[in-house]
Amino acid sequence: MHRFANPARFQRLSAVVLPWTAGATVILLIVGLYISLIGSPRDYQQGDTVRIMYIHVPAAWMSLFVYVNMAIAAACGLVWKHPLADLFAKAAAPVGAGFTFICLVTGSLWGAPMWGTWWVWDARLTSVLILFFLYLGYMALVNAFDDPQRGTRAGNVLLLVGIVNVPIIKFSVDWWNTLHQPASVIRMGGPSIDGSMLVPLLVMALGFTTYFVTVVLLRLRAEIVQRKIQTMRLSEAQG
Amino acid sequence: MTRKKRRLYMLGLALLGLGAATALTLTAFEDNIVFFFSPTQLQTQDIGDRNFRLGGLVEEGSVSKLPDGVTTRFRVTDTVHTVAVTYRGQLPDLFREGQGVITEGRMINGVFQAREVLAKHDENYMPPEVADALKEAEHFKANSKDQKPSS
Repeated sequence: MHRFANPARFQRLSAVVLPWTAGATVILLIVGLYISLIGSPRDYQQGDTVRIMYIHVPAAWMSLFVYVNMAIAAACGLVWKHPLADLFAKAAAPVGAGFTFICLVTGSLWGAPMWGTWWVWDARLTSVLILFFLYLGYMALVNAFDDPQRGTRAGNVLLLVGIVNVPIIKFSVDWWNTLHQPASVIRMGGPSIDGSMLVPLLVMALGFTTYFVTVVLLRLRAEIVQRKIQTMRLSEAQG
Repeated sequence: MTRKKRRLYMLGLALLGLGAATALTLTAFEDNIVFFFSPTQLQTQDIGDRNFRLGGLVEEGSVSKLPDGVTTRFRVTDTVHTVAVTYRGQLPDLFREGQGVITEGRMINGVFQAREVLAKHDENYMPPEVADALKEAEHFKANSKDQKPSS
């Protein structure tokens, strides 16, 4: 693991990977949007409103996936003092917050016609809103200190505390009575979603994932270059 | 023990403690996190004279509109117990017989006076043709019976 923590090696490696993830994102999202918005059938009860699901569900998965990754990075940053792990969490936070925001907004847009309400305070919706605030809180906390190292440490602790929310979000629909429906894909007994709808959903989810990888690599590269410039300026001023 | 090892153990312990604390808190607040009560829970729990949410399936053949045109009368069931409900206002798209609903209101003389009716969607997604095929095979009926709201 320490091998990849070397910034110079990371810059070389990411330069090779980036064009592939970027290309995959474009292709997957174009194909995914086409088959989910046009190619897939209407739902037997929801009609065309079901198409919101193809954005909502991948965004919801990503909001959790990104958070778990950030928490793992935070643990690596706190325990092994990986410089890249801290940078990763910082680079991923706005992207994860974006996914959570998309998830909340599309869910609300779906809920208005289907449930008959934009928002309810049930366990699932509330815990996802808390996840959104965790992202915002992390970003605010990291930038709230004059000494960036202290900010990163505080942020890492917040990320690890917030990890308890992840199983709560996932299992909220099973543990408590909620308005939100239970899981359709990752559940005991296999998916309860027809194959003609599952395929577009998975393509979209894959596209969201490659998008995330691409954006985080770009942000990490930019951050590393910026630090290099800062160090050079400093040594120039001193020398 | 190296410093890294110590940090790792500290972190593990802290997360364990945090997880236990969260689990205890959530168990303690269980009744407040529950979004709705099922008709069976109404029989066993004393909810008192206050607003609460009632959830279940709209009983087949129970929906009727009153002559005034805006009041709907129906029964909510969890296949064991049923509760009669009246509601004045517009119903959501997914409201139909056999479909899950959550209504908010209070009990008045044994009838649940709803202020709000929300439709609950289940976890099944399929094209209409598949739903028809399933209905023909009578699988559909058995399935939707399995999916009564769990309490």
